[in-house]
Amino acid sequence: MKTSTLIIRTPEGIVFAQLLAGPVTRFFAWFIDQLCIQAAMTLVGFVITLVMVINSNFAMAFYVLAYFVVSIGYGIFFEWSWRGQTIGKRLFRLRVTDVEGMRLQFNQIVVRNLLRFVDALPVLYLVGGLTCWLNSKSQRLGDIAANTIVVHAPRITEPDLDQLLAGKFNSLRQFPHLAARLRQNVSAAEAGVALQALLRRDEFEPVARVELFTELAAHFRTKVDFPAEATDGVADEQYLRNVVDVIYRMNIHPAPAS
Amino acid sequence: MIIDLQRFLANGRPFWNELEKLLDRMEAEPNLPMPLAQLQLFHQLYERTAADLAKIATFASEPETRRYLENLVARAYGEIHETRAIQRRFFPLEWFFTTLPQTFRRHIRAFYLSLAITLAGCAFGGLAISFDPDSKTVLMPFSHLQQDPAKRVADEEKATHDRLADHKTTFSAELMTHNTKVSVFTLALGMTWGVGTTIMLFYNGVILGAVAADYIHAGQTKFLLGWLMPHGVIEIPAILIAGQAGLLLALALIGRGNRVPLRARLREISRDIVTLIFGVGLMLVWAGFIEAFLSQYHEPVIPYVAKIAFGVVELILLFLFYAKSGTGMVRKPKKSSA
Repeated sequence: MKTSTLIIRTPEGIVFAQLLAGPVTRFFAWFIDQLCIQAAMTLVGFVITLVMVINSNFAMAFYVLAYFVVSIGYGIFFEWSWRGQTIGKRLFRLRVTDVEGMRLQFNQIVVRNLLRFVDALPVLYLVGGLTCWLNSKSQRLGDIAANTIVVHAPRITEPDLDQLLAGKFNSLRQFPHLAARLRQNVSAAEAGVALQALLRRDEFEPVARVELFTELAAHFRTKVDFPAEATDGVADEQYLRNVVDVIYRMNIHPAPAS
Repeated sequence: MIIDLQRFLANGRPFWNELEKLLDRMEAEPNLPMPLAQLQLFHQLYERTAADLAKIATFASEPETRRYLENLVARAYGEIHETRAIQRRFFPLEWFFTTLPQTFRRHIRAFYLSLAITLAGCAFGGLAISFDPDSKTVLMPFSHLQQDPAKRVADEEKATHDRLADHKTTFSAELMTHNTKVSVFTLALGMTWGVGTTIMLFYNGVILGAVAADYIHAGQTKFLLGWLMPHGVIEIPAILIAGQAGLLLALALIGRGNRVPLRARLREISRDIVTLIFGVGLMLVWAGFIEAFLSQYHEPVIPYVAKIAFGVVELILLFLFYAKSGTGMVRKPKKSSA
């Protein structure tokens, strides 16, 4: 079955996933690369115009060779120098990697780039695009031959929980035994949903935001029944913030009662 | 149980940062030698980060941190578990005189197959022209091959000016790039389980056989040899070697009688294909140069005998190169990576 992730299991039993890039994103990256090649050739063209004055035969020969070398060598050069990325791929955060997660080798890069001749058939990478679309690892023919895949390489940042959770009064912490029961009753997936909702709260439309937090708060209220003094006057979003704080930050002493 | 994410991040961060720094260094300088202590540290950091990944995957549903750790573990995993030979510094002379001919000989059966397909094409083209001279328009869809050989020879020998005088270098460059593209295409078509490669080789053979038969029937054998041999003895074997690489790819893809998985089969021949196609590229640069600067000049400018002799010498040297070069060299044992 075709999925958008490739799961790799290491001999140590660790499982990690690579997010596969689909044909459309790859096509856009390729288009940018084509623009870069054309830009490079325009620059070469300026130089050729100057050399033409001295020797037109030599200038034309140089242009023919340069076009050939740039169009074939562009992908090989950048993917080797930038460890699986070209300008287009870098722009779309894509990266060529080994299908088994190993280090990418030079011959793999050459093979996948030379096989573009077949993938590009008959026009606009139709063969490659179709193969990529049908293949379970989103590989075009060149990728299959070279044992490579193209994955999304998103900018990885550590989440900043300090700004979200720390330093705020949490009424739920007034009841440590109930807080402990909440931690026990909530699954990792449920906790993850609540955390993500808070981390991405500014991305929602105002109405959708209110509705989402109302639903989530209602869901978490069913997990543990906190007394009224802990929940009265607490907005749904704040309630969820308190829940996440209880779940993800265990060793905090309860705030003194006011 | 859900882990205390903040404490988890605070405890793990120094190790993850150190691993990230090491990975950045290793990726920037792949040939950087690492002392044993540093290797041990690298492995230790990898194990620690992998354990953290396992922990966060099990006890907390926090995708950002998980993705961050997955990325780190994936990069380190590639460095640690790579068992293929380290790519040593490239030595062009060693590659040319040892690696290339050795690789060619190692897959000689694919070359013979490539040769047999081309010869079959030659026989077909030759017989077709012999039995039906009118088939020339179909078999050789190139205007310069359509004219009567005797007339062409007469025109060439009477020529008083050099028709390539102003664009010899450009013509040479066009030949090099065109022939290299055809060769790479022949190789790439190996991904069609060899069908495309076979068609390309056969079609090349058909054109070659048809041209040869046409000139021989017209009594222009000497001109034909003088015209084709200087560059053809390099160019034709180059296409055959491209076919050899394409068939090698096809055989790995089909894997008949081979229980090794497809991925491993393709991995095994990947380097050899690259070696062969780079060899083909070099041969075609030479052939393009000779075709533009020598092959297009005929008697009385250059005697046919001299051109044919030049071609024979090239052919002998090419044969000796692929048959003998690097035979005394023992392959160095492959180094394994960290």
